[in-house]
Amino acid sequence: MADLSVKICGVDFKNPVIPASGVFGYGHEYEEFYSLEKLGGIATKGTTLNRRTGNPSPRIAETPSGMLNSVGLQNPGIDHFINNELPYLLTKNTVILANIAGSTVEECVAVAEKLDSTEVHMIELNISCPNVKQGGAAFGTSCETAGEVTRQVRKVTKKPLVVKLSPNVTSIAEIAKAVEEAGADAVSLINTLLGMRIDVNTGRPVLRNNVGGLSGRAVFPIAVRMVWQVANAVKIPVIGMGGVASGRDAVELMMAGASAVQVGASVFTDPYAPVKIIDEIDDFLNAKKISSVREIIGTVKPW
Amino acid sequence: MKYTQGKYLIIEKKAIAREIYSFLIECPDVAEIARAGQFVHIRTGNFTLRRPVSICGTDKTKGTIRIVFEVRGEGTAEISRLNVGSLIDMLAPLGNGFTTNKNFNKVVLVGGGIGTPPMLSLAEIYGKKAVVISGFRSADAVILQEDFRKTGAETILCTDDGSLGVHGFVTQPLGEILGNDTIDAVYACGPLPMLKNISEMCKKNNVFCEVSLEERMACGIGACLGCACRTVRNDEEYFAHVCKDGPVFNGKEVIWNG
Repeated sequence: MADLSVKICGVDFKNPVIPASGVFGYGHEYEEFYSLEKLGGIATKGTTLNRRTGNPSPRIAETPSGMLNSVGLQNPGIDHFINNELPYLLTKNTVILANIAGSTVEECVAVAEKLDSTEVHMIELNISCPNVKQGGAAFGTSCETAGEVTRQVRKVTKKPLVVKLSPNVTSIAEIAKAVEEAGADAVSLINTLLGMRIDVNTGRPVLRNNVGGLSGRAVFPIAVRMVWQVANAVKIPVIGMGGVASGRDAVELMMAGASAVQVGASVFTDPYAPVKIIDEIDDFLNAKKISSVREIIGTVKPW
Repeated sequence: MKYTQGKYLIIEKKAIAREIYSFLIECPDVAEIARAGQFVHIRTGNFTLRRPVSICGTDKTKGTIRIVFEVRGEGTAEISRLNVGSLIDMLAPLGNGFTTNKNFNKVVLVGGGIGTPPMLSLAEIYGKKAVVISGFRSADAVILQEDFRKTGAETILCTDDGSLGVHGFVTQPLGEILGNDTIDAVYACGPLPMLKNISEMCKKNNVFCEVSLEERMACGIGACLGCACRTVRNDEEYFAHVCKDGPVFNGKEVIWNG
């Protein structure tokens, strides 16, 4: 058995596989299938300062090799998370990344400030949600705003700060550099790509929000490319995600430069996907006689 | 165990109407705990999302469940191509079922089109105490009438075009029953306008009413919050989730113009 442990921003992960924010809630539903302790970490559902009701239905659509969602950050608010969800998650012997979002810089700061006094292991600041009108992706699509929100959040927390980046930009590497300079300890990418489907019988968009975020296997090559570009542009660690569905995908994203991977839409296809991916990474490393997963990070040999 | 994931053997397959299939599936662990109104979430082909299908019947002794589904798109078409002897990958049983009560003396089960199958589980529980009203577009879409009769329930059949049974909507006989009899509960599944009307009729007559809703769904277990449904709880508007809070809701809770 290979050594699957990785260290990101001083935090030890027993393996590099993390269910992505939004697909996994706060973990309870998946405990029916396996122990959360098996996971490297859990990125919790994006949480804002106050409760958000989210967007009207339909919020979900199937697409070729993927899916669209427009949930719109439905969540019970940060106080509920801290009081009712976090204490339980912290008993699970896995790294908890609290994913946070806000409509304004002030909201992001307020949420981060509340988490700073908790035992949460890391904060993942979402500046890339495509499904909310204010904030969300609006922060993530220019270097100035991405840098500014990172800088302000950085001021109020000593927790390792991971900034989650939007792929809906001209140069994700430039945004990554801006948040690195503003004090981010790591970046995670990619969030979903903005997409749309139309029901040709009715002429109506399938999603009530008209547009939504595309994820799933269809986006995987984009994730590989962007992780590679960002890993080459910054010195801070990169957490990769976007269409990872197998151990080989995880290895590929790590070769591109990711220190860990998040697993999103494939959890819907197979709730066991994260634990299977952990086993498959181990199988790959054993077959190649590689003793530690850390040895493959960023080892792509570009032409 | 609340629910599980597994690959289960299909032991019987029937085409029961045009584009409507019935599968009998051997799954003792699921059958043991499944309740009327719950659903299964089926993995199909190379699709990212599973397809939710309501449970039509459960036989705990034989360890089987029955599902009846309509081919709606590519995903359900793929499921319909599975045959006896193949394995079907399901998350099951999911959601909250119907609230049943042994003390209820007379209940009405209303099914519209492909909303009819979940009513069969209830008919098996209530037997002679149940009146089943089923509505279909036309005679060639009619399903499950013989199965309902076998439970001992009284059956009323309606078709939109009058090609079989009562010419008209299910709300017509339901209105007559609510006007003439003392009804303890109405359970319904079918198109949204039908459920809305039934729910309003029950509210007016002060009759307990539960409806089973459907929505586009991802995880099926309440984690992703994809299948939102506008409801009222404790006088406050609340986006409930069809997979975990439902698919069965009290008719009074649902905000129908959502």
